[in-house]
Amino acid sequence: MSATDTTSRTPITTEASEAALRNALARTPRPPRQGAVASILTFGWRGMLKVKHVPEQLIDVTITPVLFTLMFTYMFGGAISGSTSEYLQFLLPGTLVMSVLFTTVYSGVALNTDMTKGVVDRFRSLPIWRPAPLVGSVVGDSVRYVVAGTVVVVVGLILGFRPDAGVGGVVAAMALVVVFSFGLSWVFTTMGLLMRSPNAVMNTGFMVLFPLTFLSNTFVQPDTLPSALEAFVDANPISHLVSASRGLMAGSVDGSDIAIVLIVAAGLTAVFAPLTAHLYRTRG
Amino acid sequence: MSFSREDGLQSMSTDLAIEAVGLVKTFGDTHAVDGVDLAVRRGAVYGVLGPNGAGKTTTIRMLATLLRPDAGSARVCGHDVVAESDGVRAAVSLTGQLASVDEDLTGRENLILIARLLGLGRAEAKQRADELLDAFGLREAAGKLVKNFSGGMRRRLDIAASIVVTPELLFLDEPTTGLDPRSRNQVWDIIRALAGQGTTILLCTQYLDEADQLAERIAVIDRGKVIAEGTPSELKASVGSGTLHVRLVDSEQRPEAERLLVGEFGDAVRLEADPAALSVGCPDAERAAEAVAELARAGIAVGEFSRGQPSLDEVFLALTGHTAEEAEEEDDDEQEAA
Repeated sequence: MSATDTTSRTPITTEASEAALRNALARTPRPPRQGAVASILTFGWRGMLKVKHVPEQLIDVTITPVLFTLMFTYMFGGAISGSTSEYLQFLLPGTLVMSVLFTTVYSGVALNTDMTKGVVDRFRSLPIWRPAPLVGSVVGDSVRYVVAGTVVVVVGLILGFRPDAGVGGVVAAMALVVVFSFGLSWVFTTMGLLMRSPNAVMNTGFMVLFPLTFLSNTFVQPDTLPSALEAFVDANPISHLVSASRGLMAGSVDGSDIAIVLIVAAGLTAVFAPLTAHLYRTRG
Repeated sequence: MSFSREDGLQSMSTDLAIEAVGLVKTFGDTHAVDGVDLAVRRGAVYGVLGPNGAGKTTTIRMLATLLRPDAGSARVCGHDVVAESDGVRAAVSLTGQLASVDEDLTGRENLILIARLLGLGRAEAKQRADELLDAFGLREAAGKLVKNFSGGMRRRLDIAASIVVTPELLFLDEPTTGLDPRSRNQVWDIIRALAGQGTTILLCTQYLDEADQLAERIAVIDRGKVIAEGTPSELKASVGSGTLHVRLVDSEQRPEAERLLVGEFGDAVRLEADPAALSVGCPDAERAAEAVAELARAGIAVGEFSRGQPSLDEVFLALTGHTAEEAEEEDDDEQEAA
C-alpha cells in the first residue's frame, strides 16, 4: 500500500451532479409486484433487444434453412421424385420442420451462456415469478422460429412450391411447428443448465436432432425403407409433425398426426419445463 | 397499542436487518461457509472482510436467497430466507461480484428492464432510468452496450440497477475490486450517499481500508468462519494500529535499513515482495518520522514512506497466524459453484 493511492480523491460530484445524485437516491417507493405474464413479456422483450443489437445471431436462423431447401431439392429431387419441382412439393414442409427444430438448440445455448454471467443473480434476486426469465426467453425464441419458418416458405415459393391449402394452410402448419418447437426447446434449456459449456450444449443438441430429423419421413416415403427403420420412422414424433405440416399445407390433414404432435409437445413441456425451472432455482 | 414485554422484544428483533445464526454451506468436501453468525442493525453499513474464497460470496448468496443454507437460519428484513424467500427478495437488492447487469444490452435498457420487472409502468421506467443515468454520470454512455463499458461505469450501472426501487437492504459484493482509485472513490461516494438515505448495506470487501472508510462494524471472515467482529477501531486496535512502509531508492541498502529498523522497533520488520520495500508495525506517527530521519542520517536514501493502516494481510496475520493468500489458495470452489 503506498501513500499515493489512498489519498488521491477526485470526486465525480460537482454541486449540480450532487443534487442529481441526492434526487435519484430519494426514496423511490416500491410499486405493486409485477404479474407473471408481464414479467414473461418483459423477458421476451429482452430477447428481442439482443437480436436488435447483434443481428448476426439471425444468420443461422436464415441462411441454414435456405441452404437446406436448395441443397435437398436439387440434389435429391431428380433421384427421388423424377423432377425437382415435384419433390419440392413433398420436401418443403419437411425442411420447414427441420430448420425450425434446429433453431431450438439455441435456446439451451443462450441459457447456458446466460448462467455464466452475473445478471442471472440479479434476476434470481428480484421479486418476480421465478421461472419468468426462462419462459420469457423461450417465448422470445418463438419469434426466431417464425423467422426461420418464414424464410423456408419464401424460398420455397420462389422455387415453385405451391401449397394447395393457401395462406391459411401455411400459417396453420407454421403455428403447429412453433408449438412443437416450444415444447422441444425445454429439453435443450434443461441441457443448457446441466452442461458445462455452450459448445457442449450445441454439439449434443445437434447429435440428438440430426438422427431424429433425418430418420423421419422428411426426405423419403417410409415405405421404401427396411422394416426396422420404417418402424422407427413411423414412431418418430418428428415424422408426425412433418406429416401434419404437409397435410395442413396440402389441405388434407390427418387429425391424428396433429393430436400426436400436440400431445408430445405438451408432454415435453410438462416434464422439461419444471425440470428447467427447478435447476435454474437451485443451481449455484 | 399495549406496551407489553412481548411487543418490546418484537421491536428489538426487527431492529436487525440481518440476523444469521450458524449458517453452513458445503460444496463437496469444501466447507465454504462453516457456521457464520451475523447481526446487522437496520440502517447500518456493515463490512464483511476477508480474502477470496473465505466464504463472503456464499454468505451473501444465502442471505439473498440464491443458495439454500445446509444448516443454520437467517432472517433478512424480518423474513426467513428459506420459508419466506419471496418476502426477502421484495426487500433486498443484490450487486454481485460478477457485474449483475446484462452485457448485451445498453445501460439504459438494463435499467428500464429492471424497472419494468419491479412493476414500474413504461413511462415511469424510462424516466427512472434517465434519472439514475444522470445521477451516476452515465448519461453519455446510456446508449452504449454494457460490454463496452469500463469497469467503473459497469459498477456504477450495477449499483444504479440495485436502487431503481429503494431497497431496505443492499448487498454489495466487492464493489471496488479491480477499479482504479478514481472509480473506487466514485463508488465510495455513492455508497456514502446511499447510507446517508438510511439504506442498510452489507458490504463484502477484501480491503480493510474500504471497510474502515464505510462500515460502522466489520466482521472478519476466514475459511467460512467469523474470526473477529467489531467496530473498525476495535479491529485495528486488536491488530496493532499502524504500519510504517518504506521504499528505498537502492534495494542494495535494504539489509542495512532492516538492521536499523530492527534496532529501532524490535524484530517485527517485514520484507516486502518489492526488493526495495520493507514495513514495520509502528503505533505512533512521531516514532515513524523519527525512524525515517534515522535512515536518512545513516545515508540510506528513502524514495517513499507512508504510515498507513494494516493491510488485510497484516490483519490476517495478526488474527489467524496465516496470510490472506494462503487462505485463498486452499479454496477456489466458491467461484466454481457460482
